[in-house]
Amino acid sequence: MAKPAKMLLNVPAIKADFPILQRKVRDRRLVYLDSAATSQKPKQVIDATTDFYSRYNANVHRAIYELGEEATREYEGAREKVAAFIGAKSPNEIVFTKSTTESLNLVAYGYGLKGKLQKGDEILGTVMEHHSNHVPWHFVKDHKGAVLKYVDVSDDGTLKMEQYDELLTKRTKIVTVALCSNVLGTINPVKEIAKRAHEVGAVCVVDAAQAAPHMPIDVQDLDADFLAFSGHKMLGPTGIGILHGKPEALEATEPLLGGGEMIREVHLGRASWNDVPYRFEGGTPNIAGAIGLGAAVDYLTNLGMESVRAHEMEITQYALDKIGRINGVTTYGPKDVKKKAGVLAFTIDNAHPHDVASILDVEGICIRSGHHCAQPLMERYDLPATARASFYVYNDLEDVDVLAAGIKKVQEVFA
Amino acid sequence: MMADLRELYQETILDHSKRPRNFHEIPSADASAVGHNPLCGDRVTVFLRLSDDVLSDVAFVGQGCAISKASASLMTDAVKGKTKAQAHELFQKFHRMVTGRPGDPVDTPSLGKLAVLSGVCEFPVRVKCASLPWHTLEAAIAAKKEIVSLE
Ligand SMILES: Cc1ncc(COP(=O)(O)O)c(C=O)c1O
Repeated sequence: MAKPAKMLLNVPAIKADFPILQRKVRDRRLVYLDSAATSQKPKQVIDATTDFYSRYNANVHRAIYELGEEATREYEGAREKVAAFIGAKSPNEIVFTKSTTESLNLVAYGYGLKGKLQKGDEILGTVMEHHSNHVPWHFVKDHKGAVLKYVDVSDDGTLKMEQYDELLTKRTKIVTVALCSNVLGTINPVKEIAKRAHEVGAVCVVDAAQAAPHMPIDVQDLDADFLAFSGHKMLGPTGIGILHGKPEALEATEPLLGGGEMIREVHLGRASWNDVPYRFEGGTPNIAGAIGLGAAVDYLTNLGMESVRAHEMEITQYALDKIGRINGVTTYGPKDVKKKAGVLAFTIDNAHPHDVASILDVEGICIRSGHHCAQPLMERYDLPATARASFYVYNDLEDVDVLAAGIKKVQEVFA
Repeated sequence: MMADLRELYQETILDHSKRPRNFHEIPSADASAVGHNPLCGDRVTVFLRLSDDVLSDVAFVGQGCAISKASASLMTDAVKGKTKAQAHELFQKFHRMVTGRPGDPVDTPSLGKLAVLSGVCEFPVRVKCASLPWHTLEAAIAAKKEIVSLE
């Protein structure tokens, strides 16, 4: 197979920005293929957080002195960057949380559990969700008597949209779906899903954890009510997450954390709340995390999200061709890269994914093995576990070649 | 193969994982227990037949990685005919071996064939795979109920 001569992104220059990619693992070049779990961080992000701590560390929104003003400016600046990154109308639509998980829990508690949902109201999810988009809704079922329903996936890894239409009724109050599956890589037709949800009066919640880092997102175009993602999967620090909400959706959501910052006035026994989005950011937030996230957004914006997506499509196509065609290897999810993000779940005949990961580890290759926090999906395909390689801006076709060679080694061991 | 990998996937281990011994149910078992490692989806069921204090028959079924399968297979061979106390003692020694440091001396005289799994200590994330069958065995021993005869 001939390799395309030049990749869309300048990968050698990008690699040079990531200090960790200079290190060796077990005396081998590090081939990091687990960005779907967490991405590596460029020095621009690391420097931004260090800079905060070493030059202007102070609490935000409180201090009446220069340092505090700088910290607040940078923290709010990050909110503006994130808003622009996903096409939000205003930074006030951006809530900082600690992760996608917290963002989804905030919606489940604040909109579902403490909000207007009634016993018998239906929440419609899908079987391909990550655990963080399953379990919070279980709470709403358990405490409020909501009814949970799920759209199935076809064998090709796409959602059964005709079943969605059947399950979607006037009783449906919340539809919740991943924009991109962390196992199959499937890119779901969320714009269409949100449109149909709105037709029956439901709100649409989107888990964009695997999408926001990898493809352009325009919340105006998607028109979902809530959209959650994590900083650490998009070159940013851990401990910072994002919830985007339409103004009316956020107004209808009750806060999760009571405390400082989220209030307007507090008296003994009662309090009034601050405006959205501060209402949801009780306590001292992850200031360094937000500032690092802002630097990550700058980095991705500089590369251009269209280019990032095109780059990953190229690698994914190459991986599907190269790995998918190895005898004894099965890949899961869509085979059409237009419908698939840079996530490749696979199994090797006669080799358990754990053994695959251990053998690849010795080759310096980091992949994931297990159920990927998507047990219902694994049950649907009757798989105890799979291996998973995932790609990002610092990967190139050579990384896929190294993976393919590693897979051959696995096959030799288990021949 | 690299050295540490060759340690982990020795011939004996591969052999036991591909052709596990005592790999069947015991329909009239005196006790059984299910072990599950949710992290990797490994699942093993251990069956026991007891004559007083002696594990007169031990078998397993399940799915898992090569390490957990080989470990289960080797374990059933190793504890068959042993008393509960001897089996427990063997588990202690086995556990010490797989959680030890690379290069630590291995108690081959008491561990016998189980010593082939000593390479696991180089791969801390795989210790759970190797010890799952043993934990399940202990649970089966603890779970032993008097078999009620329905005459
Ligand atoms: C699709 C999807 N949703 C949600 C999450 C949870 O993200 P976090 O652990 O950052 O909260 C992940 C992370 O693995 C994911 O892949």
